[in-house]
Amino acid sequence: MSMPFGYVSPEQVMKDRADYARKGIARGRAVLAMTYENGILFVAENPSSALHKISEIYDRIGFAAVGKYNEFENLRQAGVRMADLRGYSYDRSDVTGRMLANTYAQILGTIFTTESKPYEVEITVAEVGETPDGDQLYRLTYDGSVADEEGFVVMGGNADAIGARVKDGHQHAMALDAGLRLAVQALSTPENGESRTLNAEQLEVAVLDRTRPRRKFRRFPDAQVEQLLA
Amino acid sequence: MDRLADGGNLPSAFFAPGSSSFADFLAQHRPDLLPGRRLEALPSGVTPHIEAPHGTTIVSVAHQTGVVLAGDRRATMGNIIAQRDIEKVFQTDEYSGVGIAGTAGIAVELVRLFQVELEHYEKIEGTTLSLEGKANRLTLLIRNNLPMAMQGLAVVPLFAGYDLDIDDPTKAGRIFSYDVTGGRYEEHSFFSVGSGSVFARGALKKLYRDDFTEHDAVVACIQALYDAADDDSATGGPDLTRRIFPVVATITLDGFRKLAEDEIATITQNVVDARMQNPGGPIAPLNSNGGSAR
Repeated sequence: MSMPFGYVSPEQVMKDRADYARKGIARGRAVLAMTYENGILFVAENPSSALHKISEIYDRIGFAAVGKYNEFENLRQAGVRMADLRGYSYDRSDVTGRMLANTYAQILGTIFTTESKPYEVEITVAEVGETPDGDQLYRLTYDGSVADEEGFVVMGGNADAIGARVKDGHQHAMALDAGLRLAVQALSTPENGESRTLNAEQLEVAVLDRTRPRRKFRRFPDAQVEQLLA
Repeated sequence: MDRLADGGNLPSAFFAPGSSSFADFLAQHRPDLLPGRRLEALPSGVTPHIEAPHGTTIVSVAHQTGVVLAGDRRATMGNIIAQRDIEKVFQTDEYSGVGIAGTAGIAVELVRLFQVELEHYEKIEGTTLSLEGKANRLTLLIRNNLPMAMQGLAVVPLFAGYDLDIDDPTKAGRIFSYDVTGGRYEEHSFFSVGSGSVFARGALKKLYRDDFTEHDAVVACIQALYDAADDDSATGGPDLTRRIFPVVATITLDGFRKLAEDEIATITQNVVDARMQNPGGPIAPLNSNGGSAR
């Protein structure tokens, strides 16, 4: 049987899509999520103070993303709706990071194989537990794969080099300021030999703090970031 | 039913751009979860007589640094006391709270929806609604309950909050009342709703001063609830034997705070002790313009 004109093997299609998505993701500035003494710390290089890469999904759940803004914003809003619906029809304690990560995996997997173009995003769903043992980090990639990460996640451009630096310095029970300093150092890892320094205005910082009542998510204003870095 | 399980096929409502209202999302995706929709399950033309627990009196008083919201603890069903320790004052977000009178079951669900509505907006938009905006959202939820209200299952909330857009803290504590059709009215200085509200408001009219501190406002609320319980059988007075006291919350620039039980117990005990001497409570001077707003 002759192949139809213009035949491309499924392996090639998937590889092309994956390359396309990976390129898009690597263009963006990095985002980092890591455990610290009171929960989970998010740090992103993000000069915009209005368009967030880090946000609150539910009481104990946070969301961080890199890639195309409209695509991850779409996922974020769906996540907020999903979590609020679940919490409203069952109970607030029934909304879990695992359920959200599973749903995102399904959505991303479906889009990767059926849509004309994959989402150029990578996301992290983080959940803070009652104790440090309960802290969870789920990393989701453009094709819907999920990984349950231990300690920290780095996504976006130059992620491997940044990840290596975080790995060297990271401890589970780090204080907030020490954790933030490590994160900022790692994010300023030189890319293509240019060394950089990041100041508070270029950073987006938030935590999921288990010592807070009910809603654990808190965003830090620039002034406070500056104070913590001083 | 629960389509969340097969996440890959999430309905399009989850991805609809532009909507930041949880109630609108429910109406589109899961209308069966809206509090006002229960009536549609009944055959048309049937007007049932339903006996359900009713919440009674809520009072609110504005003061120099914010506003106080308080409620008694009784729910009644006809001549029966359905519950003696019900809580009818709820936090709705960081800077607002609501007290509910009327059919307790529906009211509690409505408050839950309202809480999610405010939080949902905050998360989707990344900013909070103005106090007026919150008050208007509550209007919409009450209006959706109108068919139920016509069956006798009315909900009458009292909404109070601290308006961050007003720089003068003496004016930032604001109170909104509602009727069953969703009519929204801003009240000045103080207000009350529920079966004992007439007596409570009468008491507040005599007690209120323009220069109330937060503590004064709390005491005025407890006095007013005592007077309501004194004359209205559906309002519960402080229950000293079981240690059940009114629920009191204060909303200031520091946010919403529910007073601790022993804090309320002390104030209530003082009020009750004074009433042992004079059952009618504090006496307002006969000829003076004490600076009251009304």
